[in-house]
Amino acid sequence: MTLHPNPLFSIQDLTLHFPLTRGLADLVLRQPAREVRALNGINLEISQGETLGIVGESGCGKSTLARCLVRLLDPTSGTIRFQDQNIANFKGTERQTYNRQVQMIFQDPYSSLNPRMTVGQILDEALRVHEMRPETERPARIAELLDLVRLPRNAAEKLPHEFSGGQRQRIGIARALAVEPICLVADELVSALDVSVQAQVVNLLLELQEELGLTVLFVAHDLRLVRHVSHQVAVIYLGSIVEIGPSETLFRAPTHPYSQALLSAAPSLNPEERHDKPAISGELPSPLNVPAGCPFHVRCPLATARCTSEKPLLKPLPGGGQAACHHAETSVGERKQ
Amino acid sequence: MTALTLSRLPAPVLQALARPAFLIGGGIILMSTLFALFPAAFAPYDPLAFNYAAIQQPPSLAHPFGTDNFGRDILSRVIWAYRIDMMIALFATIFALLIGVTAGSLVGYHGGWADTIFGRCVDAVITFPFLVLVIAVVAMLGPGLINMFVAITLVNWVYYARLMRAEVMTQTAHDYVSAGRVMGYSSGRIIFRHILPNAITPVLTFWMTDMALAILLGSSLGYLGLGAQPPLAEWGVLIAEGRNFIFTAWWMSLCPGIAIVLTGLGFSLLGDAVADMLRPKG
Repeated sequence: MTLHPNPLFSIQDLTLHFPLTRGLADLVLRQPAREVRALNGINLEISQGETLGIVGESGCGKSTLARCLVRLLDPTSGTIRFQDQNIANFKGTERQTYNRQVQMIFQDPYSSLNPRMTVGQILDEALRVHEMRPETERPARIAELLDLVRLPRNAAEKLPHEFSGGQRQRIGIARALAVEPICLVADELVSALDVSVQAQVVNLLLELQEELGLTVLFVAHDLRLVRHVSHQVAVIYLGSIVEIGPSETLFRAPTHPYSQALLSAAPSLNPEERHDKPAISGELPSPLNVPAGCPFHVRCPLATARCTSEKPLLKPLPGGGQAACHHAETSVGERKQ
Repeated sequence: MTALTLSRLPAPVLQALARPAFLIGGGIILMSTLFALFPAAFAPYDPLAFNYAAIQQPPSLAHPFGTDNFGRDILSRVIWAYRIDMMIALFATIFALLIGVTAGSLVGYHGGWADTIFGRCVDAVITFPFLVLVIAVVAMLGPGLINMFVAITLVNWVYYARLMRAEVMTQTAHDYVSAGRVMGYSSGRIIFRHILPNAITPVLTFWMTDMALAILLGSSLGYLGLGAQPPLAEWGVLIAEGRNFIFTAWWMSLCPGIAIVLTGLGFSLLGDAVADMLRPKG
């Protein structure tokens, strides 16, 4: 199933279930242990220098996947291989080196910076702990990093509360870049920002990616943003990838019924693309109770008996992507009618 | 402090410094500290010298707080008692603070089974009324100042640890802690360099109030004969000495009582001001 010759990341069957604490009543009544099934068998490859967009509804496991990649969460089963090494085996300095190479930018710019450290201290600490620069060269490097994210140099002496949300997000980017990573995981990078500021931050990220040759995992729920940013896009539904493919192909001609519904739910500025048909019916099932078979069958207009029992696997599509649907061909056909 | 160093302080700290709570509280505590360090310079008489010519004299110019049943000058005894009572305020709380902050930070950050065991210990300690438990421990160890410090620390650290644990847990939910982990920082660095400065403020405020409580507790134990021992001048001991003469020589108990109230007020006001100063912005 290898699409790329030398993927930077290769994720196999990644599963993460959070067990719920069982109360005394559950134990007495012999209720089975319940768990939140956040990720249910993710298979994914990310190649060097590419931007992979991850989209899906709230609660589908996007952020959980991002946090697994930087080892903030440990998966229940499955492996993440980074440059052909299983990241779960990294300990001590190896783990530190891994985290130096794979950095994360957080969603909330107000809680992701220590309120009691100046921007200079935040950057200096990163440079010092990872011994990126000798002590005498650190102030120059801090100035360089601030230039890189377009912040004035006197920002180093200020505390985070003196900055706006967009500026704080750029400080977060500078902190991640301080350790010269090769991969950035951006979890909802701009969802907490004003639209006018979103573009600035996203374009900065794109420029930096090109300049530094970064691999970017862009987790977002804003579809237009993901289309603008990504080379590849993966659509996640209830902790499984339902469709993955080159960004343009996927957005122009989505194959999986869920991708179709998700994309048609996005508002469009083009009047000809407007429609009154409800994009999708029903509610997202609880991850406590993931349906058997295809996770989407409860809401899918094409569902048949087979969908309720057998979970579809990702299958290559003629357009270059992959989709996990028993009716992939039918669904494309119906779309063309 | 010179004008130069003052002007370097950030504006919110300067504002807090100019508040009446800080000026009054800080003034009282500064005065108390001076009394405690140099009692001989302030006390007009020897606190232990008997004077049978001046027994139970009411307040006068020669003896502003009057004298006790052995003719000892109450003002001098109250001033010398600052030394003991400020010591109680510090030593009955500082070890509880250090142990509580360390333990609370570690269990708050790591959670898991250590947190469960910690929780049960805390439950066991707070089941008992505070004073009853302290008296029980002192009774086991024997009366005296050092044993009283040990007893108070053994019981009191739990309150600091509980407060610290809750604060650390709140801070750990913030993304800057996750960012530290993703940066590959050690948990020691994350706990003590990142979380602690953000979590310590309520504990420091509590500490200030607790010093006032420790003085009250120390005086109570001194009154009960379990803390400082007579003829040592300690406010609780002084009040206990005056209790038989409360109708004939009311000044014997009242004057040390006022000293307790005043010092307690000083610590409380200072605690308020410190809380204002340390609160992060934004």
